[in-house]
Amino acid sequence: MLFEERQLPGDGTLAAAFKCPACGRVVALLTNPMETQLVASLGVKIGGRTIDSQPMETIRGTVATGRADAFDDIRERGEGRGPIWSTEAQDRLARVPGFVRGMVKRIYLDYAKERGITEITPAIMDTARTELGLEGM
Amino acid sequence: MPLNIRTYHELTEADRSGLGEQIAAQRQRVALRMARVGRVLAVLSGKGGVGKSFVTAGVARALARVGRAIGVLDADFNGPTAASLLHLPVARCALHDDAIEPAVSPDGIRCFSMALLLEDGHPLGFRGPDVESHVWRGALEAATLREFLADVAWGVLDDLLVDLPPGVQRFQELTELLPAPPAAIAVTIPTPESHDAVRRAVRGAVDRGATLLGVVENMVGGPFSGTAGEDLSREFDVPLLARIPWHPTPDTWAALAGRL
Repeated sequence: MLFEERQLPGDGTLAAAFKCPACGRVVALLTNPMETQLVASLGVKIGGRTIDSQPMETIRGTVATGRADAFDDIRERGEGRGPIWSTEAQDRLARVPGFVRGMVKRIYLDYAKERGITEITPAIMDTARTELGLEGM
Repeated sequence: MPLNIRTYHELTEADRSGLGEQIAAQRQRVALRMARVGRVLAVLSGKGGVGKSFVTAGVARALARVGRAIGVLDADFNGPTAASLLHLPVARCALHDDAIEPAVSPDGIRCFSMALLLEDGHPLGFRGPDVESHVWRGALEAATLREFLADVAWGVLDDLLVDLPPGVQRFQELTELLPAPPAAIAVTIPTPESHDAVRRAVRGAVDRGATLLGVVENMVGGPFSGTAGEDLSREFDVPLLARIPWHPTPDTWAALAGRL
C-alpha cells in the first residue's frame, strides 16, 4: 500500500488514504476529531511541513475570539507589484475570519509568487490548498 | 500466531511527519529567542487574587527606571491584565517575517499579552471539537506560551518577567520550554489560607528546579491578618523580599527591585 492522499472530510476528522499499486484498492485510516485536534494543538503538521512556520501560527490558526484587526502585517507595506487577487478570490478571502486572514493571505501570496502566478483565483486557491495540505483553510 | 509489529522508533522508512524534528525545531526557536534575555523571572503564586500581576507591574517599572531593559510576558491567558496595568498603547501588533513586535509601555517595558489579541470583553476561545475540549485545551495553552516566548521580538533584555496565573501548571510548561529553569518570586497575602496554597505552588516550582529568589507579601496592613510571608520565607529558607502595603509608593517598588 502506498500513501495516496490526505483529506479533512469535515468535523475535524483526518483521513489518510493508502492505495495498493497492484489491485488499486484504497484503504482510508480515519482519526477521530479529538485525536487530530490534540496533535494539531502541539503546533506540529501531520504529514510534514509544506510551508515555513509563521509567527504565532498556532495562536492565529486556533483562537476563535481574536480581534479581526489584531495584527498589522508590515511586510505588505514594502511590497511592490505582486500577484493580484480576482474579485472572486477576494470574496473568498473576505470570508476567512479576520484574526487568521492575514496568515492565510500570506500563504497564498507566497505560493503564487514562488510559481510566477500573476493572478490569484479561487482555482489557484484550491490548488494551493491541496498541494500544501491546507484543507482546513 | 502474534503479529511482529515494530515500535515507532524501530521504523526505518522515512517519517513524513517528522514530528520529533518539528518539536525540536520549536524548542530551538525558543532557545534562540531567549539567548538574548539575561534572566527569566517567573512571578508565581498558588493563590488567585494575591496581586501577582500588580507586583509584576510594580517591579517591572522599578527595574526599568534604573535603566534595565525589561520585558513582561503575561502568561495569564484567561485573565490578562498586564496591558492595563502597564498602560500599554492601544495599537495593532506589528508583524514581521519571523516575529511580532511587543507593545511598549510609557516606561519602555516591552510586553506581550493575550489582551492585545482578544476581542474586547470576550474570553479566550479556541476552535475545535466542542465535546471533551479539556483534552486539547491545555495543549493549546502550552503552545500559546511557547509562541509568546519564541515569536515575540523581545530583543535584548536584562529581565523577562513572566506573570503566571495561579497554580503551578503554567510554571511547569514554562520550565519545559526554557533551556534552563527560571528564577522565581512567590507572591502571597498574609493569611494562613494563602500560605497553604502558595507553599504548594512554591514546592512544585522548587522541585522543578526553580531558583526561588524570595517571597513578596502583598496587601499588608489591610483587612488580612497572618504571617504567610514570614512563614514561607522560613520554610523555604529564602528572604522575605518585601511587605507591600495597600498603597505602595514608587519607593516601595524600588526597594523590592533592588533586592532582585
